[in-house]
Amino acid sequence: MKIDSQTYRLTDPGKGGTIALVAGIAGLILSGVGYVTNAEQFFHSWLVAFVFWTTIALGGLCFTMIHHLTGANWSVVIRRLPENLMVILPFMIVFVIPVLFGMHDLFHWTHAEAVENDALLQSKQGYLNVPFFMIRLAGYFVVWFVLSRLLFGLTRRQDNGDGTHDGIIKKMRVVSAPGMFLFAITLTFASFDWLMSLDPHWYSTIFGVYIFSGGFLAMLCFVTLAILALHKNGVLVKEITKEHYHDLAKLIFAFTVFWGYMAFSQYFLIWYGNIPEETVWFLHRWDGTWKTVSLILVFGHFVIPFFLLFPRAPKRSANWLRGLAIWLLLMHWADLYWIVMPTLHKHGVHLSWIDPVTMIGIGGVFVWFFWNRTAAVPLIPTNDPGLASSMKFVNS
Amino acid sequence: MSDATQNIEGVLAEFKSPSDLYHAAEKVRDAGYKNFDCHSPFPIHGMDGAMGLKRSPLGWIVGLAALVGTSSALGLQWWASTIEYPIIISGKPFFSFQAYLPITFALGVLLSAFAALIGMLVLNGLPRFFHPVFYSDMFAKVTDDGFFVSVEAADPKFDSNQTRAFLESIGGTNVEVLQKS
Repeated sequence: MKIDSQTYRLTDPGKGGTIALVAGIAGLILSGVGYVTNAEQFFHSWLVAFVFWTTIALGGLCFTMIHHLTGANWSVVIRRLPENLMVILPFMIVFVIPVLFGMHDLFHWTHAEAVENDALLQSKQGYLNVPFFMIRLAGYFVVWFVLSRLLFGLTRRQDNGDGTHDGIIKKMRVVSAPGMFLFAITLTFASFDWLMSLDPHWYSTIFGVYIFSGGFLAMLCFVTLAILALHKNGVLVKEITKEHYHDLAKLIFAFTVFWGYMAFSQYFLIWYGNIPEETVWFLHRWDGTWKTVSLILVFGHFVIPFFLLFPRAPKRSANWLRGLAIWLLLMHWADLYWIVMPTLHKHGVHLSWIDPVTMIGIGGVFVWFFWNRTAAVPLIPTNDPGLASSMKFVNS
Repeated sequence: MSDATQNIEGVLAEFKSPSDLYHAAEKVRDAGYKNFDCHSPFPIHGMDGAMGLKRSPLGWIVGLAALVGTSSALGLQWWASTIEYPIIISGKPFFSFQAYLPITFALGVLLSAFAALIGMLVLNGLPRFFHPVFYSDMFAKVTDDGFFVSVEAADPKFDSNQTRAFLESIGGTNVEVLQKS
């Protein structure tokens, strides 16, 4: 892997992208086999994998908008990586297609005879019906497409030196402010549609924020891993320093806490209220081996990373951080698995070979796309007025 | 005559620019002075290292306060609701840790916040109403364009003549002995 020190473009992107693509295609083919052998399992595994990668791309969009809105300087050097994640977001619509074909297997509320005999589902029919589901889904992707194209177009104009610095930055903010609002609305309702409606009787108003906290955390871990991979190949070693990934690690720490806070808030109110139609969701996830997964999430997604990331030293150690980032990505997958799978395997965990295969299928293509975008544009926003101070940034 | 009998409390020297101040701090540090300080109108990056300051122990103080806060909150609730006054609330067990967590969290945050604020003030020697540098009229420039190093008489290496000569030798101008009048 080589980089041009003037333009910050990769002159030799290396083999990583090709390997990811090959793995992705192999994974997709095997997913197809999975569909033929066990369609119901395939659809559930696919939904987990699809949401996993989509939330990472959504995290990239959110990070970019926060960066513009706050006018932060430290993150200028790493901004291009979340931006490249954000570009993938609209293309995730390709991977949502199997979910649409699997709606009958995934979503109980699509069964006409079930709705007929269920007063609760009848009253929710105005929202939970197939045409409206499709319209909403299209709406989410339109919003994500528009936001990511606008923001990426502006960042590229900044790279090319079109317009004035202040003019471009102002436009970025003008897009990001309503963008943030639209992001929150679309992510919340997407998580209601794709995950919460798996159990159509159950509802939790905090659910969108819960999914966001996990997704943003996964995005931070993905970006950290990408930076460490670049460093391993001697790319951007001077520009992105220990100080920058120390800051990313602080955000990772903050978002493990935030995830824990959201997960507990959701659990706490339901536990306290003790109303059967709410508690049933947690009751399923306390059944048989699901109880083990619940406890793994409490400790693996929150307690252990909290204490490991608490001191300063691990946040500044590349090896510790790499390990933790991989672990937390695994935990994000476990979190989504724990949300989706109990609707299929009610009384205990039943891991299937289709679970990893769908993850690798979508993930391989995702990483290849990400790497392809990364190689196509400068690795850092070379014309950003905050770049110089970002490079010099140190944690006191 | 000794410095103490002459009421000498320190020596102040002015430097031209932030980078001069930075390098002066390194030299004062290397000369072995401990009770010295740098004064500038704005924070200068890397000054902690140039002055040879260690990392603040504040983090440990706050961590300890958080531990005390969380454990005492949890302990108090456990003691009150299982030993001292056990009462069944909405059919839940006496020790329902879920219900205790918000208060545990809140007391942890409260005590850490107090420890952070008070600890910061104590470690900085604040509040403080007077400092020998205020004997100098020239020192008023520090709020605008002045960069100063002050060495206090409390430093074991301090000797008004030697310290003054030393500060002049490293490029200090307008060197002034801070003397109680």
